[in-house]
Formats: sequence, C-alpha cells, structure tokens
Amino acid sequence: MRDIRVSSLAEAVDGIRDGMTILISGFGNAGIPVELIHAVIDQGAKDLTIVCNNAGSGRTDIAGLLAAGRVRKVICSYPKSSGAVVFERLYAAGRIELELVPQGTLSERMRAAGAGVGGFYTPTGAGTRLAEGKEVRHLNGRDHVLEMPLKGDVALIKAERADRWGNLTYNLAARNFAPTMAMAADLTIVQARRIVELGALDPETIVTPSIFVDRLIEVPNPEPAGRP
Amino acid sequence: MTLTREQLAARVAADVPDGAFVNLGIGLPTLVANFVPADREVIYHSENGILGMGPAPKKGEENPDLINASKQYVTLMPGAAIVHHTDAFAMIRGGHIDLALLGALQVSATGDLANWTTSPNLLMPGVGGGMDLAVGAARVWALMEHNTRDGQPKILECCTLPLTAARVVDRIYTNLAVIDVTEDGLVVREMAPGLDFAELQRRTGATLTLANDWRAIGLSA
Repeated sequence: MRDIRVSSLAEAVDGIRDGMTILISGFGNAGIPVELIHAVIDQGAKDLTIVCNNAGSGRTDIAGLLAAGRVRKVICSYPKSSGAVVFERLYAAGRIELELVPQGTLSERMRAAGAGVGGFYTPTGAGTRLAEGKEVRHLNGRDHVLEMPLKGDVALIKAERADRWGNLTYNLAARNFAPTMAMAADLTIVQARRIVELGALDPETIVTPSIFVDRLIEVPNPEPAGRP
Repeated sequence: MTLTREQLAARVAADVPDGAFVNLGIGLPTLVANFVPADREVIYHSENGILGMGPAPKKGEENPDLINASKQYVTLMPGAAIVHHTDAFAMIRGGHIDLALLGALQVSATGDLANWTTSPNLLMPGVGGGMDLAVGAARVWALMEHNTRDGQPKILECCTLPLTAARVVDRIYTNLAVIDVTEDGLVVREMAPGLDFAELQRRTGATLTLANDWRAIGLSA
C-alpha cells in the first residue's frame, strides 16, 4: 500500500542536510510553502542552495531562511521584488551568492532534470551577459546557448488538494513552478491544504501525478507568505 | 508636441490585433490594455501561468493566488486557462505568443533590446522573463519615452546597456514617433503632430529614414 502521509512538519523535512539544493515553489507570494520552509528553519540545515523565482519578501518564509543565515546561494530569475529587504542586505554585504537565470530557462532547466534531459540549447540569453562562459551553437539561423539541467536534492511544494498516493491539484496561479519542481528533485515534500480520499480527485484534473511526490502533510490553513 | 503616456498607450492599443495572444510587459505596456477597443477580443498571457487574464478585481474580491507577473491582483476572463510555469514559458519560448509589448531602456538600429538593467556592472540584477519574451514572441514591440530624463537618446546605433536580446524588436513606439526596425534600418512611419523630421532625427542616436507615406500620429486619448 502506498501512503506517503507523514504526521508532522518535522517529519516532513527530516533528513535535509547541510549543503543541499532545495527547490521552492512559488511566484511572488503565491504558492510559497510557508510551513515547510519554517520547518526547515527549525530543522537547522545550513549552507543551502535554494532555487525559487524570487528571493523572498518581508521577514518570514524564504526571507526568514535567508535571515537565519542558512542559505549560501540563491538561484532565481528575479531577486529584487518589492519587499526583498533581507536578500538585498545580504547581497550588498557579499554574504550570499546569486545565480541569475532567465525565468523560462530556470523552469526548463528543472524540467530537463525531471525528464532526464542532459542539457538543451535555447536562444534565450544568447548575446547577453547571462550567456557569458556558456557554449553557443548557431542553430536554425540563430545563436543558442547550452543550458544544463537543474536538479534539486529536495523540493518543497504547496498544493491545494492531495490524496495519500501524492496526486496533487493546485489553486489558480499558485500552481506556477510546483509541477516542474516536483519532478526535478530526489525528495519532493508537499504541504496540501486538504488531503482527500484516494479516488476523490478526478484523474482528468490531477496536475501532478503521485509518482513525483514522496512526502505529504496536510496544512489546512496556511499562512500567507512574505509577512513583515 | 509629445504624446502623454495615455496617448502613447492608446496609439499602441489601436494596433493590437483582434484575436491575438498578447503578453504585456511591466509598466507602460500594462497601460495599453485599458485602451484596446471593446469590440476586440485580445487574450492576455501572464508568465506565471495565466492564459486569458482579465483586469484588476473589484475591491474586496482580490485573490492572493491570482496575480500577474508584477504580483498585482488580476481576474480571469471566460475561457481562461491555468497552466504551470514550464508550459507558460513554452508558450513564450515556442513562438506561440503573437505579440509581446515590452518596455525598453534602449533599442538599437538593428532591433537589439536593452530593458533589464540600468547598471553596466549588474549591481542587484533581476531579469525575470524578459529575455524569454524578447526572444520567443512572434512579434516584439518596444514602448518607451523617446529620450531619457536628461535628454539622451534611447534609440541608438548600438545599445550601451546590457542587452536583453539581440535583433528582436520589430517596432518602436515612443512619445514622438512610430518606427519600424527593417532590413534597411529604422523607418519612421508616424510622428507626433507638429514634430518635424529634423527635430526627431536630432533627438535620436541612430540614422532614421522617413517613410514616403508617413503621417501624423492620430490621437484618440
């Protein structure tokens, strides 16, 4: 029998070790797995690399992880959202590393990792500062940059509904990076607002199938992200 | 004379085709949606997974899980679809978006676009989806003030700011002119009412050609 439910947030994030790469779902404050991130803060792993579209805002969740000094490097497309004060201060002080990736390339690199693709060529970024040091090939009349897969040791995901196998649905634009990240990590940990009976999710509407999910915890009333 | 931001947005809106899939960049491009004629059905794409994005919600009806690329609250049009990020960017990178309207800091005579950082040293950079849109959309229109606040030209032979993408801009709309980027260089299609070509050229950092059938920009806003 497959039942990936765990009984606590601490159990959900058990085994995350220093130096790991963690993919974190969300775009702006939509889809950020706040409670799982707080569990990582409590758990204590440090020297982390986090992959997320934005570098947190306010003082909680991602910004809280940064402020706690647990993050060595951020890989993202847009770290300077309004309210990204914690990241800005760390970056200005030279205390955090930044790898800036065009947003579509960020997502596609994770998709490649999840789908077993060893790398891909894209015209995005060709001829710009973000292609410096990367292999370029002229394909179909256009310069393309070689981009490598981006794999996570762990993915932290926020979902709307789930079943005990780990099938997931999301809520509106809070879906964003989650389905791609779920397939791109060795250990995918999900907080869902509601866990329903197996079979209750319409197979036509399951967005992330259970094969990509490893641990599941119900968080019925998640806190909003990016609080001061 | 020069166009106001609203007049410029209205001028661009007049050219947005009926039935098109369109991505609006942050700032001035977002304003364009307010001026698209009501009898035109335009399907707006947002990079964070919305196809068929509607206007801002009424006060009290905001949903924190329904935001646009600028993290502002939005709504869904009837017919809207929600997709995940990789699919939202496949729409962009795969050439499925008919038209991207992008704000610009500089555009070159060959259609190079610089719109992501004013800092040559990339101090505190953030790129978002700008490079993907500039490269992937079937057509790219750049919207900007013709000159910087201190009067420097923003249309140049070569961009001096870090590039977003090379040779991607098809058309430039400014508060002074509508300019096509062609194989034969920059061709002025329209000028602000009362502006003469010599003055436009003086305020531009690249060689312009005035189209034989040029006309004054029609003002509806």
